[in-house]
Formats: sequence, C-alpha cells, structure tokens
Amino acid sequence: MAQVSIRQVNKKYDDFHAVKDVNLEIHDKEFLVLVGPSGCGKTTTLRMVAGLESITSGEILIGNTVVNELPPMDRDIAMVFQNYALYPHMSVFDNMAFGLKMRKFDKAEIAQRVKDAADILGIEQLLARKPRQLSGGQRQRVALGRAIVRHPQVFLFDEPLSNLDAKLRVQMRVELKKLHNRLGTTAIYVTHDQVEAMTLGDRVVVMKDGWVQQVGDPLELYNAPANRFVAGFIGSPAMNFAAVAVSERDGALWAENSGMRIKVPAAIAARMNSHRGRNATLGIRPEDIHLATPADPSDVCFDAVVEVVEQLGSEVLLDIKVGSDTMAAAVEPTLRAKIQEQLRLALNPARLHFFDAETETAI
Amino acid sequence: MIEGALWRKWVYFYVPLILFLIFLLFPFYWMMITTFRPDGELYRPWNAWNYTPFWTWNPTWAHIEYLFRETIFGTWLWNTMFIATISTMISLVCGVFAGYALSRLKFPFAGGLGTGIFVTYLVPQTLLFIPLADIIRDYRLGDTPWALILTYPTFLIPFCTWLMMGYFKAIPKELEECARIDGASRWKAMIYIILPVAVPGILSAGIFAFTLSWNVFIYALVFLSSPQEKTVPVGVVSELIRGDVFFWGPLMAGALLGSIPVAVVYSFFVEHYVSGLTGSVKG
Repeated sequence: MAQVSIRQVNKKYDDFHAVKDVNLEIHDKEFLVLVGPSGCGKTTTLRMVAGLESITSGEILIGNTVVNELPPMDRDIAMVFQNYALYPHMSVFDNMAFGLKMRKFDKAEIAQRVKDAADILGIEQLLARKPRQLSGGQRQRVALGRAIVRHPQVFLFDEPLSNLDAKLRVQMRVELKKLHNRLGTTAIYVTHDQVEAMTLGDRVVVMKDGWVQQVGDPLELYNAPANRFVAGFIGSPAMNFAAVAVSERDGALWAENSGMRIKVPAAIAARMNSHRGRNATLGIRPEDIHLATPADPSDVCFDAVVEVVEQLGSEVLLDIKVGSDTMAAAVEPTLRAKIQEQLRLALNPARLHFFDAETETAI
Repeated sequence: MIEGALWRKWVYFYVPLILFLIFLLFPFYWMMITTFRPDGELYRPWNAWNYTPFWTWNPTWAHIEYLFRETIFGTWLWNTMFIATISTMISLVCGVFAGYALSRLKFPFAGGLGTGIFVTYLVPQTLLFIPLADIIRDYRLGDTPWALILTYPTFLIPFCTWLMMGYFKAIPKELEECARIDGASRWKAMIYIILPVAVPGILSAGIFAFTLSWNVFIYALVFLSSPQEKTVPVGVVSELIRGDVFFWGPLMAGALLGSIPVAVVYSFFVEHYVSGLTGSVKG
C-alpha cells in the first residue's frame, strides 16, 4: 500500500500540451477518480503514473520513491484496461499467473494466489477457459483478477467498465467498490462517466483541457462546484445555466433576465459586491426547482412553459422555456403537466449558484 | 447469398462460379492430363479422327519415369526445397523483428524507413539481378545454393517486414503494455505475448515467402549453371526444352510434381493461414 504524489506534472506531445501543471496527492488506501470529457488529459495522467508515457516535466512518487525513470515493471502497480487486454492465447489461469511467473514466484504460491483471487471474483470455474470463451463481464473479472493476484501498491483503472452494457456496468461498479473496501489498495480510476466518479470515488478530480478543475469528495463537487464546467459536468440531469444581469434594489441584489427575477440570498450577495451592475451566470440544478406553493416567496418564483414531459416514474423531468432560456426541472411524479402548459415554478434559493460571466469561476 | 427464386441463384451465383472455376482450374487440368497422356496421343495432329485433347484412354507413368530416370529431377526438387526453406527462415526472422520494430518502437524516421523498405520490394528482379550478379561473382558464390539463399531475402525480407508490420499494428498495444506492467521487459513481452498472438501472421508471411522463393526463375537462371545445382523451374525448362523441341510430357510432369510441395505446405497451414488473412485479436 502506498500514497501517490503527482507534483507539477506536464505532458507535451509535439504540438499538443495534454496535461498541464497537475498536482495531486493520493492518500494510502484512497480511491481517487479522474473524470472529464475525452481529451481532457485524464488517461494521459494515469499512463504517466503507470510508466507507459514519459513525463515532460514534474515528478511522480509512488510510496516515497520518485518513479519518473522507472520502467512500468518496477513500479509495483497493476492496471486494468478498457478493452481488458487479456492475453488471447493463454487460459484464464495463465492470464492471472503471468505477472507472478514474470516475477519468479514459485508454483505453489502462484496457484494459491490465483485461486484466492478467483474465489473473490467468483471465476473459479472459468480458470481453464480461453478469453474468447468468456462474456464481457467475465473478461472484466479476469482482468481484475490479474491485477489483484499481484498485491500491488496501486491499482490503475482506465475506463474499465465502458465496454460493458448498462446493467452489468452498475453491477460491476458495486463489486469494484466492495473489492476496494476489502483489499484497501490505493486506486486511481479514470472514467468519463460522472455517475461512476460520484459513486466510486473517495475523492474525485475533474479535468478539462489538461487542467485540473477541482478536487474534492463527491458531495463537495456536487454542492460547491468551483466553476461552471464542474457544475455542468457533475450531476445528472445537468445543472441549468442562465445569463442574468445583477442589480441592486431595495437593499438587496437581484438576478434578472427575460424570464425570471430572483432575489440573491444574503449569503451569496455578500460575495457578489463586485458583480453589481454586471452580468453573471445563474446555475440551478433541475432537482432544486419545484412547483410553486403559496409558501414560496414571490422573489424565488418564475413562470415557465412546458415543452417536453419525460416520465421517469420516480420523478417527472420537464423541459421548460423560461423567457428565452431552456431549462430542465425535476418535479414530483404526481404532477400531470401538459405540453405548452404554463406553470408557476419556484427554485430553492439556498441551492443557487452564481458564476462569473467571463472567468466562469464560482462566486 | 442471393435471395429469391432458384433460377436467380443459378444465373447470378452458380453459373458465374462454375465458369470462374473452369477458367481457374483448366491450366491445372491441362498440366495433369498432359502428364499422363502417352506421346502417341500428345503429338497426334488436331484433325486426326481419334484426336481427343481433353481426356485420354491410355494413361501412362512414362513421363514421370522419364523425369526421374533421364534427368536429375530429384536433385532439383531437393535444391529447391533446401533453398526455399532456408531463405524463408532467414527472411521470416528478419521480417518479424523489423516489422515489430517499425510498428511498435518510436524512433526517428520509422515511418519513412517502413516505406523505404517497401519500395525496395518494388525494384524489379530483372534489374536487380545485374548488380547482384557482380556481388555473387566477387564473393565466389556463383553456382552454389548460397547464391540464391542470400539473394532471395532481397525481396523476401521487405515482403515479410511489410506483412508483419500490418499484422503487429492490428494487435492492441494494451496487450503489450499490460505485459510490461505485469513485470515483463519489452523483450519478454514480445516473446511471451506478441509473437504467440502473431502466429497466424507469421505463418501467412512464411507461406507466401516460401511460395515466392519456390517460384523464382530469373535469379536461379542467372546464378546457377551446372545441372546438379539447379532448381525445379530452371532445371525443367533448361533440360526439357532442347532447341525448339518441347518434351511436353516430362515438362508437365515436372510442373505437376514441382507444385505438389507448395500445395502440401498450403493445405497443412491453411487453418492458420486463413485466420491470418481474415482475423486478428479482439478484446
């Protein structure tokens, strides 16, 4: 077990700066998830930790050792790939034993370790088969097994669940979580799926264009996104954004646009002094919008026209037109909304987010 | 497969297929029938009443006996086999390593080098034999099997390299990366993982290289002169065409027997060979 430190790491290809000044401390036994859209540098970062990509500048430490110049085999890590990368000419047993054979473990020890890993993953009966005789989920288990037999210091996962169908993905996600709880090995997990990131990660790193946008535990990212990108990326359905003008009237700040006029709560207003008389971006999650009741003060209410109704059973997802903006609202399943119906909605002022119109950072 | 009425299947599928097969197999049939036809029938005028060009009532082993008794066909066969096998092995080893390096290692000019190697394959043998003849003479290799074993790789290595490059590129690089994380050096990852996975590709390259070197005519014609050193294609032509007299029976018998080893090699490896052409490794 070990901590991993990524210090001021950069990766430049000929004319492409893929990873920019990344600093991360991954604690011992932590499950850290790197998440972001494709091309954000998350996989490159992982591959630099693995030793599959050279590091342009900065340093990476595993345990207390600088590993910049160490070949992958000497870093004591195990990696699970998106396409599983099972050796097609070897049986499941040999696939799992390969790493141990390369490291010259004795036969009995290899057999014992493979058996233990197979027990944990429930693949004992598959040991004699070849990879092509396995289903996607089974292959994924073998790939995991190959990683855990080695008892490495760090697990690296490169989108390991992306090739599975939706149902299996949820199941494997739960199993991965259990596996990590059981083994406690430090893990770095790359995914583009924010649900995976939120459910698996002890902490989540959001990346975009090579930059780290925010590091935090899942709820922190959800409740206090550092900028508009994180706010829009984390959470499903995504946060609504609306351009608003900020102005002061009757001793309070108001955010206004063509469809709504919302009073900014005092706690946020205190931070918005410099935005008085300027534009900002208002952010509100669909689940923080509800049908207005008499209890809602009028300064958090607005009118909307229903454009699309999506019945999900547990809730109703409405696509609504607010002034010139299109938004999504997740409302009570009892609401029977019709298309083109006019509704009076209210938002939860405590859950409002504001972002600078230019820098897009949270206010 | 074509859907619909039976006559459509016949018109659009079976009839063209049969015509194509006849076109393709007729030379082999002609070779075979000539091998077993007695001389009396072979040289019968076309307007004789009993002229039967497409079959024979009196098959004979005479031409094959002639081939082995009156010429040193067995020696030619052995020469060809020996030369083709050794030069194929040399080319395969070089081609596999070069193909691996060009497709997997990052080094300056790797792309240009790959193209360069392929271009050398395009230099016609009818030009290349002139400077090669000079080299063969300088090293006193003329009229020995080594003249061919060492010159065949000039076109076999580029061929194998190019074929293997394509095959290695189709193998997911994660396999190798995974092996290297698992504790294998680049060399061990190649030996234990990449080469076993590439066996169908290696076999395909080997079969093609073997066939190519089996059939080479011009180098064998130029670099060998004594009858006991000759290969089948050259030996048969130079010993069985005397002046303007063609000994059709023994000629065709030589061609038939000469193509049997190639056919055996093909059918022996056909399983791997076909999968080498059609499939590689997925997930």
